[in-house]
Amino acid sequence: MQHIISIRDFSRRDLDHLLDRAEDFAAGGYDRNLLAGKIVALLFFEPSTRTRMSFASAMARLGGDSISVDSVEASSIAKGETLADTIRVVSGYTDAIVLRHPKEGAARLASEFATVPVINAGDGAGQHPSQTLLDLYTIRKSMDIDGLEVGILGDLRYGRTAHSLAYALSLYQVTLHTIAPRGLEFPEGLNHELHDRGMEVKAHRDVKEIIRDLDVLYITRIQKERFPDLGSYYDVASSYRITPETLQGVKDRLILLHPLPRVDEIDPRVDSTPHARYFEQSRNGVPVRMALLSEVMR
Amino acid sequence: MTPGAQNRTLLVSQIKDGTVIDHITAGEALNVLTILGIAGTTTESLSIATNVASGREGRKDIVKIERRELRKEEVDRIALIAPHATINIIRDYEVVEKKGVTIPRVIRAVVKCPNPGCISNASEPIESAFEVLPKGLHCLYCDWMITKDIASHII
Repeated sequence: MQHIISIRDFSRRDLDHLLDRAEDFAAGGYDRNLLAGKIVALLFFEPSTRTRMSFASAMARLGGDSISVDSVEASSIAKGETLADTIRVVSGYTDAIVLRHPKEGAARLASEFATVPVINAGDGAGQHPSQTLLDLYTIRKSMDIDGLEVGILGDLRYGRTAHSLAYALSLYQVTLHTIAPRGLEFPEGLNHELHDRGMEVKAHRDVKEIIRDLDVLYITRIQKERFPDLGSYYDVASSYRITPETLQGVKDRLILLHPLPRVDEIDPRVDSTPHARYFEQSRNGVPVRMALLSEVMR
Repeated sequence: MTPGAQNRTLLVSQIKDGTVIDHITAGEALNVLTILGIAGTTTESLSIATNVASGREGRKDIVKIERRELRKEEVDRIALIAPHATINIIRDYEVVEKKGVTIPRVIRAVVKCPNPGCISNASEPIESAFEVLPKGLHCLYCDWMITKDIASHII
């Protein structure tokens, strides 16, 4: 039985295989009844719109059904049931479980108690492998991943999508440029780990000093709650905002990605430039999740 | 008899049957007992010597546990904080078995994950689990790394 828990569990071959599968699904020539008769549980203990809807959409496109809990407050979890028990019970109703949970490591725990495959759809500040796969997929649709100069900008200290993507990119020949405000840099441990895995990581404070060399810029949200007051947040956030002016002189093939939702990080005027790929990236969530669902329920 | 050996004899007397854990990193004897689950309320007779002069380590701790033979998988758990410890099984005053400790690949229920957001700290029916890596301990649930002061995280 195969679980999808952490991007760390994947080899480059595994990733490429899943991305190939996603490409096949996106091309449209697939069996619409591939998962007919199968049921997936969408077990979301935290609010989510995109991830949950794109998993439901992916399952429906493959002919399968999904069932979910409408609200955690009204469920047995509110009565104090352990996650382990919930997973054991839901395993009996479905053929796979997609789990989002506020605690880190929740999906790993679920995989120990489930009798069906578990797909991690985000565990607290931890892993969110389907997001990373769709990020990689979006890059690969534009260009070969090997040889790229990739920038990751924003809150790199707490941003799980940034950590996960950096880790996945370390399986490819990529130079990574981190661009973060003071205090929100990549955790030291992760920097060491990437270095040990043979990745060149260069830290920058100002996006302008590096943006012209980049092929990919992955933008993440800087959260207000990380700052002592709104004033210092706006100071920092405005200097990390991507505008049409920031993009002057960049490579033609530069693509801008963002896991969404965005707040102030990208000026809406950027949306109409050929560099903006974040909405396409969001759409890619469906074929990527079709690949994941079909992989675990083969 | 060397002066060091004489000191040891004075500090900790011989036991008839049981286990002697020797060459414990100085100052770690009480942590070793914690890991082995031996507390003041357990029934074993214990002798503990700390900061004993030793040619090999300079200073070391020794623990003697009477009438209990520790199994290898029990004592391997102490390897994290006392990697040079040796285990002597004593029967009728004779050392019948002597072995070192091996650092296990995964340790369960020994160390508490320092990440408050880790599922292993929630009320779930699981034990903490860490992979032992050259750099430290890696939580198998939340990926947290403990790189220093492992003893302070012992459950």
